[in-house]
Amino acid sequence: MPRLFIPPLLRPFCAGEEEVIVEGATVLEAVQSLEQQHPGVMERLCPEGTLRSGMSVTVDQNVTPRGLAQKVSPESEIHFLPAIGGG
Amino acid sequence: MATIDETKSAEGSDETPKYKVIGTRPIRHDGADKVTGRALYGADIKVKGMLYGAIHRSPHAHANIKSIDTSKAEALPGVRAVATSADLPEPGDKIAELGEGSVVLNHLSSNNLARTKVLYKGHSIAAVAADNIHIAREAASLIEVEYELLPPVLDVMEAMSDEAPVLNPDVRTEEVATGEKGDKPTNVAKRFLFEKGDIEKGFAEAKYVVEREFRTSTVHQGYIEPHVATVLWNNDGQITVWTPTQGTFSVRQQVAELLDVPLARVKVVPAEIGGGFGGKISVYLAPAAAVLSRKSGAPVQLVMDRADVLQATGPTPGSYIKIKMGVDAEGHLTAADAWMAYEAGGYPGAPIGAGAMCVFSCYDIPNGRVEGFDVCVNKPRTNAYRAPGATNAAFATEGVVDELCGKLGMSPIDFRLLNASKEGTRRIDGVVYPRVGLVETLEAIKESEHFKTPLTGKNQGRGIGSGFWFNAGLKSAVTATVNSDGSVGLLEGSTDIGGSRTAIAMQFAEAIGLAAEDIKPAVVDTDSVGYTDVTGGSRVTYATGWAAYEAAQDLKRQIIARSAELWDVDPAQVSYEDGHVIGPDKKACFKEIAVELSAGGEPLVGRGVSNHNEPGGAFGTHVVDVEVDPDTGKVDILRYTAAQDCGTAIHPAYVEGQIQGGAVQGIGWGLNEEYWYDKEGSMTNANFLDYRIPTCYDLPMIDAIIVEVPNPGHPYGVRGVGEVPIVPPPAALAAAIQDAVGVQMTELPMSPPRVLHELLKK
Repeated sequence: MPRLFIPPLLRPFCAGEEEVIVEGATVLEAVQSLEQQHPGVMERLCPEGTLRSGMSVTVDQNVTPRGLAQKVSPESEIHFLPAIGGG
Repeated sequence: MATIDETKSAEGSDETPKYKVIGTRPIRHDGADKVTGRALYGADIKVKGMLYGAIHRSPHAHANIKSIDTSKAEALPGVRAVATSADLPEPGDKIAELGEGSVVLNHLSSNNLARTKVLYKGHSIAAVAADNIHIAREAASLIEVEYELLPPVLDVMEAMSDEAPVLNPDVRTEEVATGEKGDKPTNVAKRFLFEKGDIEKGFAEAKYVVEREFRTSTVHQGYIEPHVATVLWNNDGQITVWTPTQGTFSVRQQVAELLDVPLARVKVVPAEIGGGFGGKISVYLAPAAAVLSRKSGAPVQLVMDRADVLQATGPTPGSYIKIKMGVDAEGHLTAADAWMAYEAGGYPGAPIGAGAMCVFSCYDIPNGRVEGFDVCVNKPRTNAYRAPGATNAAFATEGVVDELCGKLGMSPIDFRLLNASKEGTRRIDGVVYPRVGLVETLEAIKESEHFKTPLTGKNQGRGIGSGFWFNAGLKSAVTATVNSDGSVGLLEGSTDIGGSRTAIAMQFAEAIGLAAEDIKPAVVDTDSVGYTDVTGGSRVTYATGWAAYEAAQDLKRQIIARSAELWDVDPAQVSYEDGHVIGPDKKACFKEIAVELSAGGEPLVGRGVSNHNEPGGAFGTHVVDVEVDPDTGKVDILRYTAAQDCGTAIHPAYVEGQIQGGAVQGIGWGLNEEYWYDKEGSMTNANFLDYRIPTCYDLPMIDAIIVEVPNPGHPYGVRGVGEVPIVPPPAALAAAIQDAVGVQMTELPMSPPRVLHELLKK
């Protein structure tokens, strides 16, 4: 089952958990699974089912350009991090 | 120069070159034009009937605009058009996603032509187009602006206080992970927080704990070529922009969004670019030039001078950073804590997210916490600069690491080898590293002749520093057109800052089995190639190179299918190997078959696209020897060596050039460069005489050691190169100064007055 890591500022909405085991074959499904366990968190993490501007999704070590549509495997790690740009 | 290939030594395959083209040093395809001065840069562009523009800029760092009177300018003979923010559509609260990052359009629009406030000296307010540049400048000076002056705030910590004047009434502090916003106007636009493990427990386990505060000054990318934009808004509504930029498609989108016109109506034609380093992604002139062109019915060119560039285009932020780190008796890091505030300039957008993710990126730390803030101040809106945010962070972290080494009595390089990030290390922000090469760069420096050569002189010292950057993938497109003589034209959308034409052509040549010289690469406009993200994030050799690789695979498939048809055999019996198409009883080299297929059939055109995102982070380690003049505080660099993991060096000379260029910029940041402001917020050194970038007279040869730990996420193992080398220099220089004269420098730049001040305190 994928592991979704909870950003520290979001942990108060997830009973203080640092990571949560979730279900789903995509990042969006993983977040929906997180929402079932901790109602209200999805609205903060990705309101209306879209990634907030300024945020990015990292799956298995790499920032994914596919965002919430990125496929995940049972062994995947999912991180929500600031979107960054290079020079 | 030296190259260390981790794979070769591991496999014992030194005798057999892995590649035929990759790793060689062909002459760059654009070399002759560049060295003879024939290459066309932005200001070389001349369009028939072109008008010349000038900008009226704010003399104040912070003020409300009460009125703008352009009547005198409009009445001046020879003036053809005047533009203000009233000519730009109101973008509302729309945010544009620009591939590499997003932008609040209201802020971008106001940065191009100020609406209700000016937020820094030099802020653009109005633009004029006239028959010649002299009339344009005179007209710009005739524009009258009535201001309500406001107190400026220039220091990042002062800007965070409740008493500070607020720059943007619409800005509320956003908690980045949750999207929650504060309820009052503030200069603190964003707050980031990362945590790992149990930080209290980590510090409790430490034998030594060091806590220090650091400050870094605002510095500029320092590209030689000022910003230029030439725009024709044609009668049919089509807009053409000629400009030197890091991203033609990004400029197209920014212009279209700011003018509220469809993307397809904007074509951006890239000029050669005289440096960018992250600073030529955002638009500054094109929207105003477009409005002037629409109003005048003629093409309009706007060109900045050096003062405009320094006062009004993206510097990289000054910062305040507090670092606390702990080690156990054996030298293992047990905990680390960082508090970081970065200047955003007039509008939000400091690279604090990246800085916060980089601050402890070189170390395997079990317990950590990083808190970061994006803070508006009355300076130009900051923009990317090589590894944005990472250099500030590394200066602070490495300073504390060196102090811990002193307490442990441990050599700095052995401490770093003991604690270095490696495959499997989890950063404080949570991400686990894939295969990376920090350890290899440390070992390369430790084994270098430089490191093994002792220093002998008085007031001489040696320092090392390491740095990290993520690199990026993003989208690229390449089209390969085969000519009737078997040569190949390669059309690409990545503007060429550091020799990428050739690095991309070499990957295509390797894949198709030709020589680099057989390929003619061309950087083309936005109507002539598929969407391509910016030349930034150290992504072009990785991503556009991958697209070129895919274009070669596409061509191979076509050649196999059509050769089978030509030879009347089953396609399964035909293969393409080492530049030859091979059938059951026939074999032809690429050129032979290309000539035959082109003569008798449809054109051969290969298509390659890339949207991969496994760029593999990259690390570098630098060592520097300095001599400090105890009477003046001046620091002379005696010797400098930089080792960097570049995955696979496609063109080693360009890799070395990137390492050397980045190191020089980092040295300038470390020793001399800074924005000087008076208390009214005026930059007092807005020229290259007083804003002191290093020249060849200031530096020895920068020795580059290329470490090759191939990136498993690329067909040829490429990692980005361009950004990492700017990260370690200030940290390495601070360590060298400490070693030379025993003072710890905690503020950048470490200019003679600052070093002398510390020496006198001692």
